[in-house]
Amino acid sequence: MLNRTRLLAVARKEVIQLRRDIRSLIMAFVLPVLLLVLFGYAISWDVQNIETGVLDRDGSARSRELIDAFRSSGYFDIRKQLEDEDEIDRLLDRGGVRIVLVIPTDFSRDVGAGRPARLQAIVDGSDANTATIALGYARAIVQSYSRNVLFQGERVTTPIESQTRVWYNEELLSRNMIVPGLVAVIMMIIAAMLTSLTIAREWERGTMEQLAATPVGRGEVVLGKLLPYVAIGLIDVVVVSVIGVVLFDVPFRGNAALLMILSTAFLIGALGLGIFISAVSRSQLLATQMAMILTFLPAFLLSGFMYAIEVMPTALEAITYLVPARYFLVVTRGIFLKGVGVEVLRVQGLLMIAFAVVGLAAAIRVFKKEIAR
Amino acid sequence: MPTTDRDVAVQADDLTRRFGPVLAVDGLSFHVKRGELFGLVGPDGAGKTTTLRMLSGVLPPSSGDARLGGTSVVEDPEEVKHRIAYMSQRFGLYTDLTVMENLAFYADLFEVPKGEREERLERLFHFSNLGPFRDRLAGALSGGMKQKLGLSCALIHQPEILLLDEPTFGVDPISRRDLWLIVHDMVAEGVTAIVSTAYMDEAERFDRLAFLHRGRVVALGSPDDLVDAMEGELLVITVDRVRQARQAVTGHAAVQLAAVFGDQLHVMVSSAQRDGPAVRSALEDWGFTVSGFQEAEPGLEDVFIHRIARADANAAEERA
Repeated sequence: MLNRTRLLAVARKEVIQLRRDIRSLIMAFVLPVLLLVLFGYAISWDVQNIETGVLDRDGSARSRELIDAFRSSGYFDIRKQLEDEDEIDRLLDRGGVRIVLVIPTDFSRDVGAGRPARLQAIVDGSDANTATIALGYARAIVQSYSRNVLFQGERVTTPIESQTRVWYNEELLSRNMIVPGLVAVIMMIIAAMLTSLTIAREWERGTMEQLAATPVGRGEVVLGKLLPYVAIGLIDVVVVSVIGVVLFDVPFRGNAALLMILSTAFLIGALGLGIFISAVSRSQLLATQMAMILTFLPAFLLSGFMYAIEVMPTALEAITYLVPARYFLVVTRGIFLKGVGVEVLRVQGLLMIAFAVVGLAAAIRVFKKEIAR
Repeated sequence: MPTTDRDVAVQADDLTRRFGPVLAVDGLSFHVKRGELFGLVGPDGAGKTTTLRMLSGVLPPSSGDARLGGTSVVEDPEEVKHRIAYMSQRFGLYTDLTVMENLAFYADLFEVPKGEREERLERLFHFSNLGPFRDRLAGALSGGMKQKLGLSCALIHQPEILLLDEPTFGVDPISRRDLWLIVHDMVAEGVTAIVSTAYMDEAERFDRLAFLHRGRVVALGSPDDLVDAMEGELLVITVDRVRQARQAVTGHAAVQLAAVFGDQLHVMVSSAQRDGPAVRSALEDWGFTVSGFQEAEPGLEDVFIHRIARADANAAEERA
């Protein structure tokens, strides 16, 4: 049914056009690397070296000990010793520090007498995420400090001891989450943005009318247009993965072949969706906008890449089940970080294949060799 | 002599196309014989493009049908596409591909055997003089060369039937001549060609033609037959204020039709000898200065204007 000569002719034509279109080339090869570097460096949910100010009213050995405990934890960067309370406001306002620790005058006296001592932490809540994490760290440090004081450095055993161990992302580095996730997001962007233009462009420039009057089949047009983009997408998977591993130290524990196979399926689905959008809209501008809304934004916001799906409102969470990138994200993170194989990713794998079939079928079905109604 | 099916390359039967409430093509019927150069002539909006799109299988008719080489465009548009070459009005080739890449693309789509390509390309380059520009991007070609490239791409697979939509539109005179040379050459080799044009002076070139007006055929036949069938005789009058003169003379009892041709007035009367002097003196009575007055053979343009006027009169009558 598919004629090889015609299919390859369409693919070859598409490659030549891509090669001569600097905008598409940038989108295909520069944008993914740019996104990776940008996200890899810029987005980090890790909180470290929180700028901290200290107002030590006590000025005793005890209070200095406590400050040392904060400093040596690595989470707090003591930037400023404050002299009086008026400074707190100013420092927080200017963003010089995010948290101010206030040690009251009778801190060491209370601690020495065995009375509960009060400690104040004033946090800049404008970045709620960092604030919560900073408070958590502060609480933990103070707790371990008071335990030391209580037992005067003796080793004690508490009735229940909890030990936490993190698997897969031992250091809880957010870039280990971001880089594999970005592979999925970049695929989606490339696929949708590039392909949504290709058929719409042919309608706009009048080349489709000419093409429609030839014996070329719609399957040949759709597949021929798809092939070069699958190749670009796979090159991007490799490039992004290699940069992720080499530059960002992201672990790659799984099977590279499995990643490539499932990426191919995901790409075909995403590309099919792009061509579908292109064929429906028949205008490049509309196609780009539809691609943004239907593919890019969901992949970015609703796939679990940026925001955890578990904390989304129920209605929004329901929508995420329709976002293919959600499942592909499980695949990439699973293969990168956990090193899991088909036995674990069976459902996601089948969903990828289903996505490919549906995307392709939709594209071929909606594409007509007829000019405007 | 009745024509048999074998001799008919294209047969349109009651071909109709609506776009919403608009009837773009209204019950078109005509046939084109094998090896004939057939014209679709008419002003913009007459339905030429819509007709050619339906014939080439890219636009389904609302009703009616057309057979190309015996194959119906309604039943099997894809089969029709193997036999034809269609060149749309708008330049439909890839501007970011070179001349050669465009030709190779179309050769692939029509599965032209590799062994035959070299020879065909040589021939097409010989016709079109595009050889020196084979590595130039199509977008960088002049308008005339673009059209010749479009025609070359259409001819690369040696089609039985050529459908060309205003190939000479907006093209310089030299390229225009080249294009017609190519078309005449193909027809001489037995190819059937249907070519549309809005230029009346190109109508003489066709073996036969259909003159379209508002989606209907208002004249059909060879240029000679159409002129011969013209009733009445033509007066060519050179007069000042030619447009007012036309208005004035239109009401005259002896005048069937009056039209402006440049700075001259063409007036149809049933007998030049009998009605001529009356028309002339009437014009002079109304204060016009007649500086030239002669009887002439009507041309194709006179026929078209006559037919349009008649069609519009009929349509007005139908409405009333």
